[in-house]
Amino acid sequence: MTDWLNKHSFVELGARQRAKALLDAGTFRELIDPFQRVMSPWLSRQGVVPQADDGVVIAKGSVAGLPVVIAAIEGNFQGGSLGEVGGAKIAGALELAAEDNRNGIPTRAVLLLETGGVRLQEANLGLAAIADIHAAIVDLRQYQPVIGVVAGSVGCFGGMSIAAGLCSYLVVTREARLGLNGPQVIEQEAGLDEYDSRDRPFIWSLTGGEQRFNSGLADRYVADDVVQIQQTVSALLQQGAPEQQRSRRADFYLARLAELDATPQIDPATVRALYQGERS
Amino acid sequence: MRGLQWFNALSAGATPVQGLPDSLQVADGQLNGQSVRFLAVVTDPNNRFARARNGEVGLLEGWGLAKAVDDAIARGDKRPLIAIVDVPSQAYGRREEALGIHQALAAAADSYARARLAGHPVIALLVGKAMSGAFLAHGYQANRLIALRDPGVMVHAMGKASAARVTLRSVEELEALAASVPPMAYDIDSYASLGLLWETLTVSQIEQPTADDVARVSDCLVNAIKDIDSADLSGRLGASNRAASSHVRQLLREQW
Repeated sequence: MTDWLNKHSFVELGARQRAKALLDAGTFRELIDPFQRVMSPWLSRQGVVPQADDGVVIAKGSVAGLPVVIAAIEGNFQGGSLGEVGGAKIAGALELAAEDNRNGIPTRAVLLLETGGVRLQEANLGLAAIADIHAAIVDLRQYQPVIGVVAGSVGCFGGMSIAAGLCSYLVVTREARLGLNGPQVIEQEAGLDEYDSRDRPFIWSLTGGEQRFNSGLADRYVADDVVQIQQTVSALLQQGAPEQQRSRRADFYLARLAELDATPQIDPATVRALYQGERS
Repeated sequence: MRGLQWFNALSAGATPVQGLPDSLQVADGQLNGQSVRFLAVVTDPNNRFARARNGEVGLLEGWGLAKAVDDAIARGDKRPLIAIVDVPSQAYGRREEALGIHQALAAAADSYARARLAGHPVIALLVGKAMSGAFLAHGYQANRLIALRDPGVMVHAMGKASAARVTLRSVEELEALAASVPPMAYDIDSYASLGLLWETLTVSQIEQPTADDVARVSDCLVNAIKDIDSADLSGRLGASNRAASSHVRQLLREQW
């Protein structure tokens, strides 16, 4: 119980505080900060109040002395959804980080992912920005690790779950959820029997951080604790590229999927056994 | 079925690539004397994953596309990749989420992006729907996007019914907004106004292309391949309806 008193929740922090918490003390510098008021050009005309940072914080600084850019999504603004401006902030920051590396500056990147994916009020511009983000992650990853963190409570969905799948390393907490399709959308498209969006234990059992880690679809499982998350990210940033990028293991996953009897409905234990075998 | 029709028409006489899921059609053929690889996701009524039987991009399709593209990269000849896009959606289902469909789609996007960075010209030809995660996995990493001009060719982030539910609107309200907000629209002309397309083309029979249609589209593909002058996606920037995307990049560079 005393341990609990010493912990500071990461999940409860906003995007800006999260970025600050990960960077070396005194090194946080925000780009296109909220005072510059670069806001969505599309929301007001639809009766949605825009936000001065469009829900994305881009911060430069260092972690363990290494040059780092952090892109942190604010889950509290429009569900962390990505529109044109927020999406361009992330893509543009990653593009500049890759350019740094081509110029001999070893800038690394950390993505703090709390997002439902595309902001539907800016639909096709959100989708295009996410394609740019994917492109930029793959480019930067040639030089330096890109670390994804899904802490919660929004989770990481839609096209940004694909971005999570492109990261060199993915860090999750128990609060995290990671999936392509949001529960409501699956229920809408496939029916209640297929996916009950109101059954929270069911959804966490399939897509929660612990399950993703135990299935080999995430690399680190951490407590909701600022110090532990900071230390984990720092260690991964210093580690360099992974031995094998998860998104490059097509032969492994196709072989595992070929072994699966896809007829019965699936449960979490089946996924763990299929992907991790004796390790689970 | 448009995807399959265009795949068959463009890849006539090409050599099929074996060892892939039945929901993928991949073949090595010729375009104006140049070796290219054509890739399409097609319907497969016997797909082991029931929710990916209608041309959706699911687990097998994502990992399978990755394999097909990686195989092309491994050949080392930097042959152009032509993604024929007619994908109604990603697969929506419990098995898909549980087994990490996001990771399968990441693998496909990863492979296409690496092919582009490695110097393969990558072209996406939109002949039908190009929806959301399915398009991100199959086509959106291309150097050049080409769309046929037809009401059945559409790009979007989500189907109308689901988009209405998530944004707490009726489908009618959503359609009314889409008419005045270009990025929300489903039609290809609104999409073209965002500057993301390199070219749009009109053909006479999009469902069953004529020899003339195939010749025109082939010419366009050849020109697109020749036009590629960089490995990145910067060619998509510059439209007035996407001005903020350029503005943000400029500010980031100034403040970097």
